[in-house]
Amino acid sequence: MKLSERFKQGKFVVTCEVGPPKGIEIKGLLDELEPLRNKVDAFNVTDLQSSVLRVGSMATCRLLKDKALEPIMQLTCRDRNRLGLQSDVLSAAVLGIENLLCLTGDHPKLGDHPDAMPVFDLDSVQLLLAIKELMSGKDMAGNDLQGQPPQFCLGAVVNPGADPLEPQIIKMAKKVAAGAEFFQTQAVYEVDKFALFCEKVKHLNVPVMAGLVFLKSPAMAKFMNANVAGIHVPDEIIDELAAVPKEKRVEKSMEISARLIRELKDLCQGIHIMPLGWEKHVSGVLELSGF
Amino acid sequence: MLFTKDKPLDEVLESLGAESNIFLLACNGCAEVCETGGQIALSAMKTELEKAGKNVTGTCLVDFLCNKVLVTTRLARETDKIKKSDSILVLTCGIGVQAVAKVVDKVVHPAANTVSLGGLQGLWPSDERCQACGDCALDYTGGICPITFCAKSLLNGPCGGAKDGKCEVDSEKDCGWQLIYERLEKVGRLENLKKVYKPRDYSKMLPSEDLRKTSFYDLEK
Repeated sequence: MKLSERFKQGKFVVTCEVGPPKGIEIKGLLDELEPLRNKVDAFNVTDLQSSVLRVGSMATCRLLKDKALEPIMQLTCRDRNRLGLQSDVLSAAVLGIENLLCLTGDHPKLGDHPDAMPVFDLDSVQLLLAIKELMSGKDMAGNDLQGQPPQFCLGAVVNPGADPLEPQIIKMAKKVAAGAEFFQTQAVYEVDKFALFCEKVKHLNVPVMAGLVFLKSPAMAKFMNANVAGIHVPDEIIDELAAVPKEKRVEKSMEISARLIRELKDLCQGIHIMPLGWEKHVSGVLELSGF
Repeated sequence: MLFTKDKPLDEVLESLGAESNIFLLACNGCAEVCETGGQIALSAMKTELEKAGKNVTGTCLVDFLCNKVLVTTRLARETDKIKKSDSILVLTCGIGVQAVAKVVDKVVHPAANTVSLGGLQGLWPSDERCQACGDCALDYTGGICPITFCAKSLLNGPCGGAKDGKCEVDSEKDCGWQLIYERLEKVGRLENLKKVYKPRDYSKMLPSEDLRKTSFYDLEK
């Protein structure tokens, strides 16, 4: 089902990020997602997240589909030129994938193949426009596609913590005009700041899903503050997590995440959980937050 | 030598938009050889702009626009005229346009596309880089090249990976789009960020047949 249908139903949408394995043993991952059936609306399958080589998004999406779990295929501009991207979009349609999340992608230098050529033939706005074109029955060169054109619900990303924020919002508007029907954000820990962001993008009239990364430890929070663009975990949250003994940390972290979901719920149209290995806790956090 | 080709006049006029007072600046180095710069091109552009109803506030010819010291010294004499102008139309290569933008707080417009860096490059003083993309974008980006300054060569705005104004690839390197944003804010052109860039035409990077037939091209073989 297209994610846009969920938003149309007025539902608060929950998505969960899924990182395919580095290697072909994928059953473990699929088993881990099973408890989330009926709790999560769709699963975002990453496209070589952090520029690290893994199993591809498209194959994993299809495996989810086979298990009747709704996938969102992430598609980055890092590794394929316009021929490769358009072909993969058509292939995704053939495999029954209905949701695509289009993003620029991390630079290869950040990953495990730093010597790879960064492609970026298209950027995220141009990728959305290219898919819109395919959906109208033509490729980027203006050639007709044979038969029924593919139909997707297109998503995009935005970083509400970016400083300056204005260029992000201008780019977000371009993405809306290019066909993005929903947005997922970078992880949010400052609810007040996020509320201001939501106010600033209200005129775009597009569903926004707040990002949430589970905080596994105070060190992880500090690491993200120092190294990840647009993420800021306030000291109070870090202190709150640091104040409990190690064996209670998971419980505390889940409590913080659940509280954030409750606080963010009224501001936006959905939540996008990035568990980063803590898939087994997603269900618990959702329950704690009142889902 | 850097090879440049005139941008189509329509494109130049479109980018000047409603600006009426234009200062003309031409390079007398490589661009003069390519006839995109030099006195002849400068005079011809002045005529064209006046025909289009523009007021040319002044003209200036500088030997090498890629040399920022030279540009700063020479333009110092033109300060009053430049201050009265809405923008500067620069008849030179991508590096020259970037160098001018670096030293003058005015909107700059490129009048040419850089199509080949040739065998011998112009001066390459510091941050100004040209990839000879053949479709100069400096017009809308405040004279800072998104193709060479952004690690991902993004045309439609920042990726979201920059932290504290630095690129995700190298924390010592400025985010090109952050610089573009700051520059456009400074010259009052933030609305330029709204422009939607189409995918690049990479075939423009290949030296064209007519360029390959020139004697200059032969000389540098």
